[in-house]
Amino acid sequence: MANASFSASRLPGFSTIATIVFVMLYAPIVTLVVYSFNAGKTVTAWEGFSWRWYQQAWTNDIVQDAALRSLTVATCAMLIATTVATLAALGTTRTGPFAGKTLISVMINQPLLVPDIVTAISLLIFVAALKVATGYQGLAYLIVAHAAFCIPFAYLPIKARLESMDLSLENAAADLYASPMQTFRRVTLPLLAPAIIAGGMLAFVISLDDVVITSFVKSGGQDTLPTYMLGQLRRGTEPDVNAISTVLLCLTVLLLSLFFVLTRKRD
Amino acid sequence: MPNKIAVEARNAVKVFGQGDTSHSALNDVSISIKQGEFFTLLGPSGCGKTTLLRLIAGFETPTSGQILLDGADITALPPNKRAVNTVFQSYALFPHLTVAQNVGFGLQMQGRPKAEVKATTAEMLALVKLDAMADRKISQLSGGQQQRVALARALAPKPKVLLLDEPLSALDAKLRKDMQIELKRLQHETGITFIFVTHDQEEALTMSDRIAVMSAGNILQIGAPRDIYVKPANRFVASFIGETNFLPGTTAPGGVRLDCGATVAVDGSFMPGKVTLAVRPEQVRVQGAGTAGAIPAIITNWVYFGTDTHCYLVLSDGSPVVARLQSPAMGEAGLEIGASVGVTFAPGAAQVLKD
Ligand SMILES: Nc1ncnc2c1ncn2[C@@H]1O[C@H](COP(=O)(O)OP(=O)(O)OP(=O)(O)O)[C@@H](O)[C@H]1O
Ligand SMILES: [Mg+2]
Repeated sequence: MANASFSASRLPGFSTIATIVFVMLYAPIVTLVVYSFNAGKTVTAWEGFSWRWYQQAWTNDIVQDAALRSLTVATCAMLIATTVATLAALGTTRTGPFAGKTLISVMINQPLLVPDIVTAISLLIFVAALKVATGYQGLAYLIVAHAAFCIPFAYLPIKARLESMDLSLENAAADLYASPMQTFRRVTLPLLAPAIIAGGMLAFVISLDDVVITSFVKSGGQDTLPTYMLGQLRRGTEPDVNAISTVLLCLTVLLLSLFFVLTRKRD
Repeated sequence: MPNKIAVEARNAVKVFGQGDTSHSALNDVSISIKQGEFFTLLGPSGCGKTTLLRLIAGFETPTSGQILLDGADITALPPNKRAVNTVFQSYALFPHLTVAQNVGFGLQMQGRPKAEVKATTAEMLALVKLDAMADRKISQLSGGQQQRVALARALAPKPKVLLLDEPLSALDAKLRKDMQIELKRLQHETGITFIFVTHDQEEALTMSDRIAVMSAGNILQIGAPRDIYVKPANRFVASFIGETNFLPGTTAPGGVRLDCGATVAVDGSFMPGKVTLAVRPEQVRVQGAGTAGAIPAIITNWVYFGTDTHCYLVLSDGSPVVARLQSPAMGEAGLEIGASVGVTFAPGAAQVLKD
């Protein structure tokens, strides 16, 4: 009977704690979203519904410029990170045992372990030296830096999928005269595709959201949406920042939902 | 050339792991499998059947020894260069391809022309009676249908040898019987050498031309089902294949003197000393007490099985003996639990086993 089995939901205080946690998680976000539609300028008094701040943000040249840069960086970083992550995942799951395999797996995840601010400062020093040495000031530094910290986010789902994949499928392909390259193209890659797309989307979202590393690496005039918003906030709360945040939030939720759909276990 | 050798393993050894944790899955295995043969590897779980199959398919390389296909050494060839196909225990069908694409996969990889791939695929699907399912996804098939797709896929490239790793173990009893017949038919129609793995002794006996009985990485006996059943090489084979009575004794002039005191005549010559006598239950006869030459015994139990009745007896030294009797004979004799009777063995039925 259901009564006999253990259920966490019958522990004392279960629903109280759950309610508090969810309120803390979502109340600020809900406030932000609601006030992004506020006709007035404050976040304390509701003055009616309006698209005003969305229009203001949309027609702002600086916002447009930052948004475009954010999307460019995120797209490039996603493509690089996903490619590297796929190769790394293959290298750490589809090879014989070799010395240091686990160590390499851990090292690939370095950006998850090292605090962002440490990575940012080290990149600041390193990139500054490169800028002086090469004279190049462009977007490539940002793209490479983003690609680097996005790699583990793409790597983990792809590796998980490769590890759970039945090796006998690849054995069967080899048994049926497929060369290693054909086996990869015809069997491994199609079965891996959902995980690669999922990993790519996760990388995209992570790149889109980054503030710390971007602030330290970017050259002058290379604001992305998050760093632009941070700059705006320093000057005082402008409700158009709420509107941009809400758009970013929607985009992120959309991509992460797709991520979960793609990585869901299927039979 | 009916006696040409299709597959040969020469002193194949496979050790997994290194140092302290190493484990020998195959110890010096040598077998020759003839062309067109239905050859079965039979043995308990973990005895190395799959390992031997994987050595032949090329998924593992032997630690030492050689694998030969049609007389050529293929030990160093990767799986995709061997004219050997496998039916995997888990079927390993490609979930992202249709039934027809699965069956045509091998032919496509061999670079055969499109028309030939299409024609052979259709032919194979007809052979396993799945023509109507060509465009289905694998997930839309039942277990038995998937099993037949796996067979068709492995047969389509017309391999020299087909390896089958417990292909029937996931099927229910009824489907299993049907598939056993189907497999025999397919082997007959294609003439391909089958190497079949099972741990079901009945399946091995009914399907095989020859059986290799394996235990703990060794081949204990190779022979036709009847030879293995009638003349098991040792106690393990005798107990693994069918039921057997084991009776301890010592060699004596003209036969074996059992521990209960009776002497049983045995054919052939053997080393003097302690031995075990093996007698199949259907070779044991139960007669009235005091019958000339019969070994005195007491009935401890009997179980009715329809056409057969199993009669459990005990000899004077406490050794248990099972007799499988035809049911009417049982009733006529009017035997009861606790009754004193005499036991005799059919002529030539008793085998002397090395311990
Ligand atoms: N890749 C491996 N690494 C280490 N040990 C292995 C490996 N593959 C098999 N073994 C070991 O080798 C022995 C033989 O395994 P194998 O799979 O050949 O047995 P099997 O006869 O097919 O058994 P079953 O009937 O259970 O399938 C087992 O003890 C197993 O644990
Ligand atoms: Mg096995």
